[in-house]
Amino acid sequence: MKSLLDRHLPKIVVAPSFAAVLFFVYGFIGWTVYVSFTKSRILPKYELVGWLQYEKLFATPRWYVALDNLFVFMVLFVAIAIMIGLLLAILLDQKIRAEGVIRTIYLYPMALSFIVTGTAWKWLLNPGLGIEKVVRDWGFPDFKFDWLIDPEMAIYTVVMAGVWQSSGFVMALFLAGLRSINEEIIRAALVDGVGPFRLYFHVIIPSLRPVFVSAVIVLTHLAIKSFDLIIALTHGGPGYATDMPATFMYAMAFSRGQLGQAAASATVMLATVSAVIVPYLYSELRRKA
Amino acid sequence: MTSGQADTRAGLMRSTPLRSAPLRRAGRPWTATLLRGLLFLILGLFVLYFTLPLFVMIVTSLKSLEEIRQGSLLGLPQEIELTSWATAWGSACIGVSCHGLRPYFWNSILLVVPAVVISTAIGAINGYALSKWRFPGSDVIFGLMLFGCFVPFQVILLPMAITLGKIGMAGSVSGLILVHVVYGIGFTTLFFRNYYVAVPDELVKAAKIDGAGFLAIFTQIFLPLSIPVMVVTVIWQFTNIWNDFLFGVSFSQGGSQPITVALNNIVNSTTGVKEYNVDMAAAIIAALPTLLVYVVAGKYFIRGLTAGSVKG
Repeated sequence: MKSLLDRHLPKIVVAPSFAAVLFFVYGFIGWTVYVSFTKSRILPKYELVGWLQYEKLFATPRWYVALDNLFVFMVLFVAIAIMIGLLLAILLDQKIRAEGVIRTIYLYPMALSFIVTGTAWKWLLNPGLGIEKVVRDWGFPDFKFDWLIDPEMAIYTVVMAGVWQSSGFVMALFLAGLRSINEEIIRAALVDGVGPFRLYFHVIIPSLRPVFVSAVIVLTHLAIKSFDLIIALTHGGPGYATDMPATFMYAMAFSRGQLGQAAASATVMLATVSAVIVPYLYSELRRKA
Repeated sequence: MTSGQADTRAGLMRSTPLRSAPLRRAGRPWTATLLRGLLFLILGLFVLYFTLPLFVMIVTSLKSLEEIRQGSLLGLPQEIELTSWATAWGSACIGVSCHGLRPYFWNSILLVVPAVVISTAIGAINGYALSKWRFPGSDVIFGLMLFGCFVPFQVILLPMAITLGKIGMAGSVSGLILVHVVYGIGFTTLFFRNYYVAVPDELVKAAKIDGAGFLAIFTQIFLPLSIPVMVVTVIWQFTNIWNDFLFGVSFSQGGSQPITVALNNIVNSTTGVKEYNVDMAAAIIAALPTLLVYVVAGKYFIRGLTAGSVKG
């Protein structure tokens, strides 16, 4: 009796978590996808109407603004964070005495909530009292820096704050990658008389490919999910100039009473994330097995 | 995630770099000195870039509104005013209630402590079962749990709101605890599983021969080995749950809101005079617990970040 129990104990122990994940993750995904094919507005309805919600979604100008913003934000955020992260990692890898302290300083924003980061940058970018005023007081009275309230430029303030928060993390990834490069490769290149810059561009950076992949995946994922930062920094405004899919979905779900639109936009987000994550997870798990 | 990543993590933790730094070997001495100077200049500029927002927050929180309007953003306060800290903590208005951040700070504590403890405990036992007692389908289960970590939460917001309403937990701290535990299990399981995979199977075999069962081996052999991974997991969960905004704003209301939601409400309130100093003090108060954890246990924080680079 005891051995029978013992044999099944591992399954019994995992079962509640597995059931919870099946219900709260996959069941909920199923519900949302289903509702995206119904006419639900303020209350969920369960009568299927085909692609109606998606047709409506893709006829909504605000949704295109959100997609457009996501694209701009994602490309700039990922590219700039990776450039800064890589640069800092390479510079920190030059036997810097104060490396520990500097690393700690570069990475601390990652411990902050996006709401805190958004609040801080909202103040720095305050037209009238923030950076604009500092530069004006330095003797450039015509300096103008009001991106936060400029519908055309506001999305770039989100990029600025996002990069500030995340590039230290990218640095940590690259630094770890640099420290694990096989020394033999570098020694061989040096023996061959390869100069320091060629060494980096032709030997070291190419060998960091897996780190690039990780960084791109993690940052892309962060970008698609970004919600808090926008709420805190611009609240999607001015107007809905800095709306993103996540804020669009939230507005449809909780303030507009458009459950069908919320479900359809959430499903599009899920599909986008899955297209990035599934191949990555699959290859990671395969590599491990 | 992979063994390669475990190596990289070990590499990051090493205090002295492995090899001689390549740029240092750059030719003649004067170029080397020049490069070295440039190197420190760039590193220093980035130190400024990362610390300036925090510096501005702190000095702004200590200034009077009068000084904020007239003085410079970067200037030190002429007179240190602690009133905005007191206001942010005890009397700033959020909607109609004017009790500052204090009640919400406690909400966050009441939320974070049980959520972290429960999700870490579940992760430990799951990770143990899924690494050392594999059964048919256990890898599929793990894969499904792992994918759950990456799902954009927008896709579960609506059914979760409905479910919380049905089970009578809508708008309560206990409802939020449930949400954070459910969506935290994936990561906690991932952390423990990857840690236990590296423990030799012989240990389990030998204990089995001695007659120890599933639970005895877990409590007597694995738990005592787990301090490092536990620290990483607890810090990870603590930071994520404390900083969460999406679940807080979606599933709590009025008196049960966590601190991030309260902070956002203070900062983005449209009524009355804009008190920038109170906003900044409030933001620092909301950030203090996670900053403290980072300063005290930064090493483990980084380990969690890089371990979860299959994360989000």
